[in-house]
Amino acid sequence: MTERTTAQAPSPGPQDEDPAAGSATLDTVTDSDPAPGGRSQGSSSRGRGERVFRRLTSGSGLLVVVAVAAIGLFLLVQAVPSLMANNANFFTSPEFNTRDAANLSFGIRDLLVVTLLSSLFALAIAMPVSLGIALFLTQYAPKRVARPFAYVIDLLAAVPSIIYGLWGIAVLAPALLPIATWLQNNLGWFFLFAPGNLPVLTGTIFTGGVVLAVMILPITTAVTREVFSQTPRFHMEAAQALGATRWEVIRMAVLPYGRSGYIAGSMLGLGRALGETIAVLIVIRAATSPSHFSLFDGGYTFASLIASAASEFSQPLPTGAYIAAGLVLFVLTFVVNAIARVVAGGKVNG
Amino acid sequence: MAKRLDLKAVDIYYGDFHAVQDVNLSVAPRSVTSFIGPSGCGKSTVLRTLNRMHEEIPGARVDGEVLLDGEDIYDRGSDAVAVRRTIGMVFQRPNPFPTMSIRDNVVAGLKLQGVHDKKKLDEVCEASLRGANLWKEVSGRLDKPGGGLSGGQQQRLCIARAIAVAPDVLLMDEPCSALDPISTLAIEDLIADLKKEYTIVIVTHNMQQAARVSDQTAFFNLEATGKPGKLVEIDDTSTIFSNPTEQATEDYISGRFG
Amino acid sequence: MATDTGLERPDRPAAAPAFQPLSTGRKLKDNLATVLVCLAFLVAVVPLVWVVVTVVGRGIGAIVSADWWGRSLSGVLPESFAGGVYHAIYGTLIQALIAGVIAVPIGILAAVYLVEYGRGRLAKTTSFMVDILAGVPSIVAALFIFAAFISILGAQQSAFMVSLALVLLMLPVVIRNTEEMLRLVPDELREASYALGIPKWKTILRIVLPTALSGTVTGIMLALARVMGETAPVLVLVGYSQSINFDPFSGNMASLPLLMFSELSNPEPAGQFRIWGAALTLILIIMILQLGASVVSRFSAISK
Repeated sequence: MTERTTAQAPSPGPQDEDPAAGSATLDTVTDSDPAPGGRSQGSSSRGRGERVFRRLTSGSGLLVVVAVAAIGLFLLVQAVPSLMANNANFFTSPEFNTRDAANLSFGIRDLLVVTLLSSLFALAIAMPVSLGIALFLTQYAPKRVARPFAYVIDLLAAVPSIIYGLWGIAVLAPALLPIATWLQNNLGWFFLFAPGNLPVLTGTIFTGGVVLAVMILPITTAVTREVFSQTPRFHMEAAQALGATRWEVIRMAVLPYGRSGYIAGSMLGLGRALGETIAVLIVIRAATSPSHFSLFDGGYTFASLIASAASEFSQPLPTGAYIAAGLVLFVLTFVVNAIARVVAGGKVNG
Repeated sequence: MAKRLDLKAVDIYYGDFHAVQDVNLSVAPRSVTSFIGPSGCGKSTVLRTLNRMHEEIPGARVDGEVLLDGEDIYDRGSDAVAVRRTIGMVFQRPNPFPTMSIRDNVVAGLKLQGVHDKKKLDEVCEASLRGANLWKEVSGRLDKPGGGLSGGQQQRLCIARAIAVAPDVLLMDEPCSALDPISTLAIEDLIADLKKEYTIVIVTHNMQQAARVSDQTAFFNLEATGKPGKLVEIDDTSTIFSNPTEQATEDYISGRFG
Repeated sequence: MATDTGLERPDRPAAAPAFQPLSTGRKLKDNLATVLVCLAFLVAVVPLVWVVVTVVGRGIGAIVSADWWGRSLSGVLPESFAGGVYHAIYGTLIQALIAGVIAVPIGILAAVYLVEYGRGRLAKTTSFMVDILAGVPSIVAALFIFAAFISILGAQQSAFMVSLALVLLMLPVVIRNTEEMLRLVPDELREASYALGIPKWKTILRIVLPTALSGTVTGIMLALARVMGETAPVLVLVGYSQSINFDPFSGNMASLPLLMFSELSNPEPAGQFRIWGAALTLILIIMILQLGASVVSRFSAISK
């Protein structure tokens, strides 16, 4: 996942005078056919082949850019009419009522609270664990078993999210009940563990957060592991030669080197958690009253609310309300992923 | 402080591969011994076994004895980490900790040992930097990152870091191979000074360097690729370079090698 | 030189043992770190084993019957332990397949662009957007297809719409994997080809891509495995059907995730039976793809 901007595309030949092969310069490449042979033979068919192929590839690249832009644009276009017809404050209202198309009143306050609470809780669990796994795989496990072990962690990512959801509510939730009960009885004075708006302690944000933590572990671990394994040998040797223990080597050489990668990996994990749909929809129960910022609340995240209403997408205005929620989710994940990218990119470039 | 180093019947293996065979040699305190020989002959490998750095390579294993003033560093009771504190090492490529300041780099080893008295650390920092001939150049910017120094300065910083923990022996693995001639000269001068305090073993590809800095020279060679490396001969540097016993040594030194 | 005086350490005992043992504090910390780090790994293995054991334990009963693989749920009552899921297996496979047919060429070409041609702003933007696309939640991708194709262009819900959403989810995976493999192809190979007078695009098609082939195929299989389990797009973009529908361009079509989700509202024990059976079936299909991917990657022409 980490971006290797250092590995540059090979310079094709001495005549490659095309530093910015953007769409604007595509038409000028005829005279700078980068293949030496192609040029000396002056074959026009080769020039055309090159031109067509080059256009195809850059067109495909452009398509990705267009796709992302189109996602934002189309969601916005579809959301605006509903936002105009909205009777409630979109950002502060806790209700999401779209039953009457002529009288929409929807807001994202609770969606935002539940989404952030479950995702951040998941991150709080996943971050230390994935740090441990990444260190285990790169610094502790013998080389022979490190690879299969890493594969095991990657397999966690192969399990479909709907299965995590089923497992979460049917198996994990009852198993977590004693822990949840204990937390509420002993730490209930703290707002995160205060009694929530659900009658039971299963299917809460707490349960959902644990499921999400399992789901984001592989991605967070993969990125962190990758960076840790790239720690220059000579940094580690410097610490070893001073008589540092294994842990001290990690603290002096591995962690400083891999910190930005670890943060980037965690942000990618956060992005996943924010947008996870079906597992959350299955695990976290719907609540009738607004959230009090407790982990034992229920409710909908952006993604799970949209999925829950998917079968009712028939009238444009109510649908637009959900699309507006989707737009907020898109912006949220865009920002989180962009931060991850910038953090990781900064490391690679400097 | 400086101690004597003896290798007795040392064999080194990487997994099944027999890398170095039957090395016997002695290094006197307060002297410089250089290891020379063609690439792949195992001289760096031998150097790394002197402070157990080879143990960081999976599958590496040593038979025989490495004695520091008579005490085997591979004794079952001794710990690789403790050995490395007593036998310092300087590497081919300067490797200051990139996130630490110059000062923190120098005292990193002491901090590991639990010394946190600021005054003491400052003293040692200055003494070590002076010892490494770097104090004048960096005294004004001790809080700047070590990565900002030139290659030669970085290498001297690494030497300062190594001597800050007051080791008994200093190992140098081609310390000048990444440096320009002027920096190389500075390091060679420094080695001559350090000799008064430390036992030094240096691996070098540069035979003039071996001739210039060392009292004793060991020539390593291997008969063929895939065969283990061997210590061909070890003697006073002047003898090795003027009148070696072995034909192989003479061939290598006079450039008739291979 | 100040070496002689500067480095005398008064605190160094005169007759210290050669190797002072580590202080207990440091040793303790080191051991504690080792324990915690190993524990972290175990903590991660537990849910994996737990999930697999749960799914196999609860789903094995369903998938051992021949009907399971050869029949649909057409006409089967909610409480009846009969019928099968071949209609959903077909849906899962055909939706992923169509997505692959669209996403793979675009993805490979985009990766070629990024590695071989890309310079300047467009390349940087593309690379950035690939990362963003990789982070787009599946529900957002589904909403986008809904907004663009169904709301605005007036298309009907169908399996093809699902495939379009899956294309968006597959693309970044294919691009990143192919990109990585292309970067592993040594420049010497390209140069050797140029030196023979072969133009760049032919070099890429004939030399570079074939060299990177096995890695690319691995990436594609992993991407397919990933999108097969996606549930959000099928919820939004296609209706559930209990019977087989071979036409991806119209009508309702089942898929394994959609079948599982629909059966969640079935209160009968048979509903649970079908859910876990479908879960196990889905995991089996994904595992076959994963195994296939790792077999293919063995045949890699370039060693990593």
